[in-house]
Amino acid sequence: MLTYTLRRLLIAIPTLLFISLIIFLLLDLAPGDPMAQMPLTVPPEVKQKMREALGLGEPIHIRYALWLKQFFIIEPMHILDAMFGTNLGGDAQRIISWQTRSPVADIIAQRVPQTLWVVGLAYVVGVAIALPIGIISAYKQYSWFDQIGTFISMIGFSVPTFFTGVVLIIIFAVNLQWFPSIYDTTHKVTGWDSFVFQLRQMAMPVMVLALYNASQISRFMRASMLDNLRQDYVRTARAKGLRERVVVLTHVLRNSMIPVVTVIALGVPTIFGGAIITEQVFKVNGLGQLLITAIHANDLPMVQTLTFIFAILIVLFNLVADILYGILDPRIRYD
Amino acid sequence: MTDAVTATPPSESPSNQWRDVWRQFRSHRGAMLGLIVFAAILGTVLLGPLIWSMDATFVDMRARNKGPMMGHPLGTDQLGRDMLARLMAGGKVSIAVGLTAMSLSIFLGTLIGISAGFFRRLDGILMRLTDLFLALPLLPLLLVMVMLFREPLSKRFGPETGIFILIVGAIGVTSWMQTARIVRGEVLALKEREFVLAARSIGTSPFKMILRHILPNVLSPIMVSATLGIASAIITESALSFLGLGFPPDFPTWGRLLFDAVDQIQLYPMRVILPGIAISLTVLSVNYIGDGLRDALDPRIRGR
Amino acid sequence: MKLMTLLLGAGATLALAPAAMAERGADGHVNVIYSQAPSILNAYLSSGTKDIEAASLVIEPLIRYDETGAMLPWLVEEVPTVENGGVSEDLTTITYKIKPGLKWSDGTDFTAEDVVFTAEYCMHPEGGCAQLAKFEGVDSVTAPDPLTVVVTFVGPKPFPYGPFSGGQSPIIQKAQFADCLGARAPECTDANFMPIGTGGFKVDEFRPNDVITLSANPEYRDAAKPAFATMTFKGGGDAAAAARSVLETGEFDYAWNTQLAPEVLEEMLKGGKGTLVNAFGTLVERIEINMTDPSPNLPEGERSTAMHPHPIFSDIRVRTAMSKAIDRQLLSDIGYGEAGRPTCNLVPAPAMFASTDNTGCIPQDMEGAKALLDEAGWTDTDGDGIRDKDGMKFSIVYQTSVNAVRQDFQAIIKQWWEELGVEVQLKSVDGSVFFGGDPGSPDTFQKFYADVEMYANNFDGTDPESYLAMYTCDKAPKPETQWQGENINRFCDPAYDALVAELGKTGELEKRGEIARKLNDMLTKESMVIIPLVDRGRLSAHANTLGGVVLNTWDSELWNAADWYRIK
Repeated sequence: MLTYTLRRLLIAIPTLLFISLIIFLLLDLAPGDPMAQMPLTVPPEVKQKMREALGLGEPIHIRYALWLKQFFIIEPMHILDAMFGTNLGGDAQRIISWQTRSPVADIIAQRVPQTLWVVGLAYVVGVAIALPIGIISAYKQYSWFDQIGTFISMIGFSVPTFFTGVVLIIIFAVNLQWFPSIYDTTHKVTGWDSFVFQLRQMAMPVMVLALYNASQISRFMRASMLDNLRQDYVRTARAKGLRERVVVLTHVLRNSMIPVVTVIALGVPTIFGGAIITEQVFKVNGLGQLLITAIHANDLPMVQTLTFIFAILIVLFNLVADILYGILDPRIRYD
Repeated sequence: MTDAVTATPPSESPSNQWRDVWRQFRSHRGAMLGLIVFAAILGTVLLGPLIWSMDATFVDMRARNKGPMMGHPLGTDQLGRDMLARLMAGGKVSIAVGLTAMSLSIFLGTLIGISAGFFRRLDGILMRLTDLFLALPLLPLLLVMVMLFREPLSKRFGPETGIFILIVGAIGVTSWMQTARIVRGEVLALKEREFVLAARSIGTSPFKMILRHILPNVLSPIMVSATLGIASAIITESALSFLGLGFPPDFPTWGRLLFDAVDQIQLYPMRVILPGIAISLTVLSVNYIGDGLRDALDPRIRGR
Repeated sequence: MKLMTLLLGAGATLALAPAAMAERGADGHVNVIYSQAPSILNAYLSSGTKDIEAASLVIEPLIRYDETGAMLPWLVEEVPTVENGGVSEDLTTITYKIKPGLKWSDGTDFTAEDVVFTAEYCMHPEGGCAQLAKFEGVDSVTAPDPLTVVVTFVGPKPFPYGPFSGGQSPIIQKAQFADCLGARAPECTDANFMPIGTGGFKVDEFRPNDVITLSANPEYRDAAKPAFATMTFKGGGDAAAAARSVLETGEFDYAWNTQLAPEVLEEMLKGGKGTLVNAFGTLVERIEINMTDPSPNLPEGERSTAMHPHPIFSDIRVRTAMSKAIDRQLLSDIGYGEAGRPTCNLVPAPAMFASTDNTGCIPQDMEGAKALLDEAGWTDTDGDGIRDKDGMKFSIVYQTSVNAVRQDFQAIIKQWWEELGVEVQLKSVDGSVFFGGDPGSPDTFQKFYADVEMYANNFDGTDPESYLAMYTCDKAPKPETQWQGENINRFCDPAYDALVAELGKTGELEKRGEIARKLNDMLTKESMVIIPLVDRGRLSAHANTLGGVVLNTWDSELWNAADWYRIK
């Protein structure tokens, strides 16, 4: 397994380089213009000058090489500088966002806390409620619990978050006035009161997202449990006199985890991607909002960097999933 | 488990087997209910416009924002367009897009997932391809696809079919990765099971092996993906048309009706709830059909 | 110049209105929400409205426009004119006298050197300055003494107020931006995010595309202002959420651009927490007609170019018929309610430039439109409900950007045109593609691969010269210029070009107004190349407890935020 992991990590390097190239070409090919959001009153000659100032006049391979250098050499040096107070980076040009004319990495770092608070927590909550619901639903298939669970999860998945979010705002922010409708990203938790405020402002976006995540994961959990509950080994285990609890929670659950692990591992990088619609509805302004505004403004350095970090996480977590398969089912061999 | 499959007498004709499946399916109450509801939705959407022949795009300024009334049983929207006609017209598009895009994505996902899981040599390259597709930013990808293919497709198949192919293609090509990863994970575990080893030892060809032994055993996650896939295809379609990448703006679809009405949720809640119910009901019924189908196709249950 | 002095006088009395507050910072905190989040606070590196308006809280120009469009001396003693000797007789120089005693928020003196530097910053050839057009024709900017700025133009400049007036051209501090000239402009992140200014507020924290935290400027020239000690400027979300947060939940005090369906706003107003304010500027929603053939059967490079005149719309009778079929009043009521009014003008304001007798298009005239089409030879010969002529069907593509109101307009107008016997195919394009100038995309508004398209445009400040000059022959987008160009319709009339040239040479205000009105009429009622629909106002919302709000469409909406106070 160790050699497999090492080999996969080595393969990941050319894979990621290739992915970064494809993303770069794709973004370059996509129609759009960083000047699109300028008012029409700005004359075309001025827009052209602004484009040149952004470096858009350079041919594509030079821009790609520059980005690679900035991402793999200059930015890590700046991170080291920030950690140890050294000055390795010096005056070298960092990756600069076209919208804000400031280093991309700084903005991303600024957005991570609220994204983790809201999107990350919603994911954890979603998984934490999805697993028991899936297990119980499968174990008591077609019971009232299962039927209600199915119903809610189907609604949760088929009704988009732009709708559930607005409904929650109308109920809890407008009518009941329990929660604020706009998330305050500058809020700092310093004591009990501010912690309670943080909980209140997170409640709605987390609810919306957790419902969405939970409905998806619980469906996979339920289906996989059902498959395994019908296997012969379950009958054997019960015949041997193992306690029901052990049969279900140890043997069946472990064997049912493979598809669930896949889904969860695919979901973790999307936390970093943020939740575009939910962030928009509640004005959380996390990484999802950052990405979508960057795409709309054709802020290519920002989009490229965000997408590439996302790609690294995808490759990494899919590797984690593959390793977990081997642990869950030792019969799986890769070598 | 293998005995259930191999125990089927080879003399039995396949039509008989399908009859068994149908018998088992019929005994599943949820599935039958789902089938009836789905057929009813399909019937309303396809045959409804023949009876209720009002044009879904007809603007009637004197009948703006009306509640249910004679002549407009479900009321009208902000331009006086008949909601019933719009829901039916929208349903036709949404269901067609949902089913086709889902089928395409499931087909691609299953194909790639099984190939990667079963053939070790393909695993590396196919999974790196999956990583690539997962990492590509969706919006620019769609913009590029629309830019490259909209005109050629409209020229070739006419504007409406052309856009339909484009949308279904775009959704299908960008949503197969999860299915592929799940199927591959299952196949990796399955192919080490005894019955596969047994089948291999008697010289079953890989193609037959996949069809008879692997595929039936990965059916349940595929079914889940399929039901979830319909819902996300319907929603994605609305996002596409909202970005101007989908059907022409006056073309109603369920997702679009829902999106357009969200601002007016307090004033005219019906306008949001109706398309919402339509989407949920479709997904729910497909889910139950899927449940029943999976049970019916599982030889272990069918015998009982 | 008489009218202008009159307007100036009106502005001056307004500025002298009694201050309602006595002490700086007495009213605590104020919350402002913009549905688009500011990315940068340097108006010279971005001309997005959200960025310029946020920046206007901090950095200020020498001259502002008030809500009537009149010029107000902001950081100067008076608005220079020929009469008061501030503008030279030959219209080549303008001299500003800076108010004495002005200080930057860091306590240093505001001097003429800062103004000179601002010009240098924007006019640097490598800087990519977004407001370069404001400095067009500027030869030099000098500071003979610390309180005097002289701008010299290369030739006579009838409208010399381009540099340093309005929210687009504020003064930045030399000391802060000295190292940020030219190509180094983007490296000055701190300066771009937290400019030092003379405005009512200073930036404490700037989170790009998210939120700005501001506090009262301790050095502000009026010791009693601003009444608010701190301000939170939140960005993001959508217009509905912004309106809701002011009108229904009361979390915010001011929401920018709450353009929603009139009945939705009415419902929100029932929340009783706030009110709406609206004002009209020069923004006109219009349909532009393509004078060239956009047929996809033409080879790439010839499509939508002057090589092939439009087979249907080259006839003025057809264009007029298209306009006659539209009920502008209805469109305005449905789409914009209070914040819209029907118009036939491309230049709807200011009064001296607006063609007041051009109202003939307002009443809808379906029969007249049909008669015109019959007369032009477009009749339905094969009985399929669609007019045709010489074997060609009257079938058009009607495109616009994605926007709820525009899609409603499309549906309504399509129906009217279909009633005429015109086949209409609708298309909507994502705004970032439609308004982006990417020459590779077939969907940009400049490329105009459609027969008609709808969008809105306006002009900065109060002078429409450059706006009207967009429609000269040489400014048509074409493949040779990478489809850059502002004459979207490819309208070409030598008489129009000659009149534009004359406008550029005329200094006398009344004469300018006359020429501008004539140009406006040439584009609208006389040729119907542009079909104006609705004069769109600005609609914003503020809490009932927020006083001092004066909505201004001629300058930044937050132009007088220093005068805001809390009504108790």
